Amino acid sequence: MLPGTRRGRRLDELAESTPTTTAGVSLAASAWRRLRRNPTFLVGAGIIAAFALLALVSPLLAAHDPALRLLEDQVSRADNRIPAPQPGFPLGGDQYGRPLLSRLLIGSQQTLLVALTATVLGLGGGLTLGILAGAFGGWVDTLVMRVVDVLLSVPSLLLAVSIGALFQQQSRFTVIIAVATVQIPVFGRLLRGTMLAQRASDHVLAARALGVPERSVVFRHMLPNALGPVVVQATLMLAVAIIDAAALSFLGLGSADTSTPEWGQMLGSAQDFFDTHPQLAFWPAGCIIVVALGFTLVGESLREALDPKKRR
Amino acid sequence: MALLEVRDLAVRFVRRGEPTVAAVDGVSFDVPAGRTVGLVGESGCGKSVTSLAVMGLLPRDGTEVSGSVVLDGTELLGLSRREWDRRRGSEMSMVFQDPLTSLNPVVPLGIQVSEVMERHRGMSRRVATREAESLLDRVGIPDPRRRLREYSHQLSGGMRQRALIAMALACRPRLLIADEPTTALDVTIQAQILSLLRELVAETGTALVLITHDLGVVAGMCDEVNVLYAGRIVECADRHALFAAPRHPYTAGLLESVPRLDTPRGQRLAPIAGSVEDNIPWSVGCAFSPRCASALPVCSERSPAVETVGPGRLLRCHNPLDTDVGNTESSHD
Amino acid sequence: MLRYTVRRLGQLVIVTLVLSLLLFAWLRALPGGPVSALLGERATERSRAELVEQLGLNQPLYVQYWRFLGRAVTGDFGVSTGVQPGTPALEVFLQRMPATIELSVLALTIAVLVGIPLGYVAGRRQGGWLDNLSITWSLLGVAVPVFFLAFLLKYVFAIELGLLPASGRQEAGTNATHATGFYVLDGLLTREWDAAWNALLHLLLPAAALSTIPFAVIFRITRASVLDVLEEDYVRTARAKGLGAAVIRTRHVLRNAMLPVVTTVGLQTGALLSGAVLTEQVFNIAGIGQALSLGFQRQDYAVLQVVIMATAMVYVLVNLVVDLAYAVIDPRLRTR
Repeated sequence: MLPGTRRGRRLDELAESTPTTTAGVSLAASAWRRLRRNPTFLVGAGIIAAFALLALVSPLLAAHDPALRLLEDQVSRADNRIPAPQPGFPLGGDQYGRPLLSRLLIGSQQTLLVALTATVLGLGGGLTLGILAGAFGGWVDTLVMRVVDVLLSVPSLLLAVSIGALFQQQSRFTVIIAVATVQIPVFGRLLRGTMLAQRASDHVLAARALGVPERSVVFRHMLPNALGPVVVQATLMLAVAIIDAAALSFLGLGSADTSTPEWGQMLGSAQDFFDTHPQLAFWPAGCIIVVALGFTLVGESLREALDPKKRR
Repeated sequence: MALLEVRDLAVRFVRRGEPTVAAVDGVSFDVPAGRTVGLVGESGCGKSVTSLAVMGLLPRDGTEVSGSVVLDGTELLGLSRREWDRRRGSEMSMVFQDPLTSLNPVVPLGIQVSEVMERHRGMSRRVATREAESLLDRVGIPDPRRRLREYSHQLSGGMRQRALIAMALACRPRLLIADEPTTALDVTIQAQILSLLRELVAETGTALVLITHDLGVVAGMCDEVNVLYAGRIVECADRHALFAAPRHPYTAGLLESVPRLDTPRGQRLAPIAGSVEDNIPWSVGCAFSPRCASALPVCSERSPAVETVGPGRLLRCHNPLDTDVGNTESSHD
Repeated sequence: MLRYTVRRLGQLVIVTLVLSLLLFAWLRALPGGPVSALLGERATERSRAELVEQLGLNQPLYVQYWRFLGRAVTGDFGVSTGVQPGTPALEVFLQRMPATIELSVLALTIAVLVGIPLGYVAGRRQGGWLDNLSITWSLLGVAVPVFFLAFLLKYVFAIELGLLPASGRQEAGTNATHATGFYVLDGLLTREWDAAWNALLHLLLPAAALSTIPFAVIFRITRASVLDVLEEDYVRTARAKGLGAAVIRTRHVLRNAMLPVVTTVGLQTGALLSGAVLTEQVFNIAGIGQALSLGFQRQDYAVLQVVIMATAMVYVLVNLVVDLAYAVIDPRLRTR
């Protein structure tokens, strides 16, 4: 195994903590049994469920089109005025006079989209790298892992910003790509480490000794067991993706198009009004914190449930 | 009066949301000064829990310990943490099963040996280190001066266990508990460690409680033997009497599942049927009865009481085996 | 130990080479290519042509990379176009570095001083109120965007309550000598206590905001590690030896429990640098974080490449030092 950076090694250690059960099903079943009784998990899952539901039904809930500057006449740049809460607009308007509540509600859709696609892309990229390195071994492995190590040694936000800067025009798509790129080395490293630990584990050796074909060993015996830490990491990454997207917006690398709202973008673009109209930041920040907390709670309780040391 | 007197010791694990488990249930035994007493049984029978209870090493949360443990006239149960600490390592000490994990990986061996003497014998670090060197030498570790500065990962398994024995005996305790001291070692090393233990115990007059599942170890080491099953002592006897004529079917089963030089060629070893999971609770009947070949109907209906069946010989069985010497096979075939 | 050090230094060289390759590719992939990237949008035709010649952009790629590497080795990363126009990019970085280091070190100190004791106590009293409270705090710390927390702290403590300064590194007009660039240190060295105190006050809020994520990580690793170590056989051995509570705690529990924590502290460098970019922006601190966000806004790629290269190197170097320190603490690595 490559020594690599310390952070990489921690991922390897996490990877090696994978329980080695031959039947992925029984592992999932026992994890689920413990999760159902875990209040941390239940709270987190509740938050995520509410968030997903909100994203689905928000078009029905939102009273106004979030892109329309309905209260523009109440906005004044000169004396720094922003529409206050009023009948029909419980939270007032944003800096362009658009309805804040409707923007928050509809914003859940794009937020979920950014988090999901970025994580799926990051996971996909990491999976490809990890399998590539694991399958070919030798110099391919060395090369892939060197690049991964280097990417891990660039502070994550810096990496995201560097990727974002590659695009002429910032859009939601570029935000997703930037956020996903940060995740690729993390997943790649994790997956490779898990697969390596699996490769050396007794149940895989046993399967080999029984003459199980190599492809079957990889996909039936190694991958299912290697997935535990990956699922945990992915759940945690959903929270990170939302926060990273907000940070990118804050640094001016968010989507240039503000007609379809997204919480991170709303929060990032509220920075100029923070001293005078903190509510513009408080609302989207509150939403982000709650949802990020939801994903974190679920991720942490999953990690605990899959921890072989805590299993009985 | 014996050095250690354990009476009606019971240990129950109480966990929220889970049924209470009685790991040890009314165990009584004596350890006379300078003698070696064995606690024998399969894993999970409560022998290790018994020893941890005697040492006061069970976690305080979630365990209930009752009964009485008297060492040299002092009742130990209910002592304060400070009082325990004063006795552990000096009057009583313990050697554990896995020497690798039982040694601190980041503290040099010398300090781990000398810290006991600094603590209990009031020695300075310098004096204690010199003493540690001769201790390591005594337990058969070559080049002890160098080893003092080394760490556990630099030692072999046998040497680690020798070092742990050195620590346990550093303050010449009156009682030493050895919990499966050779199980984690290579077979060739096992015999060396056992003979070292035997030598040291004889030399210092320390009483030894030897916990093992291995009757071969018992045969070579113990004066008296207590056989545990499911948290209770089912048979207690002098070593010779026990090996010559086991009375409890479980003891007999244990003996028959071990190969012996005097068994006729071609005869198969007889494993005990079933597993500990087949047990019934002692409150209902004899816990061993579902696995017992000589079980009677009464065995699963009434819990057998302890009876004295000879000098120094106790038995907990409704239908004990015959006493005819040397013929253990025929009785329950 | 020596072989280990040499091997790790070798890795450092490899990481640097791969990084420079990636950086080289990145500069060429930027919109408009390296010329507009390095000159900005206001470049004239002539200066463009000059730069093409100077950078050797008409040469084959491997020659270009070789020359890029050569310039990088001599510290020539070009001249800043947006952040501090006209100043060599490396100098911009070096001028701003002390502010960021000061901030990060204080933040890390807070995270360590709070996280480790709290993690230890929480682990000892698993499930107690302090444990639950600290876990909640650490989970929240991860869920709150750093820059929002920075804003929040600034709003409450600086703007509403007026207890601490809201921005900058030192009160304007403070009579202070800046010899090293580390303002607190400068104040202490020159015995200008007011200046040092003032600089420290300016650091408190940003450092508090920046410390949340490292705190959360350090706290949780410490707690988990203490929980693991308490279950270890050697702790039971120590208790069986009748050692006093203090010796067991320090020699047998803490010394082992700290091993994973040491590694974690090194890994926080990345999180600190990421966070510093945001925090410096909120509190208007002229550090490298601010240089970065300004660099991106003004497309000052000369500064950006120095900063990216340097931060990655700092990360790798810090972790190299941490790994060596780890090897000193853990005899299993030292004596292998």
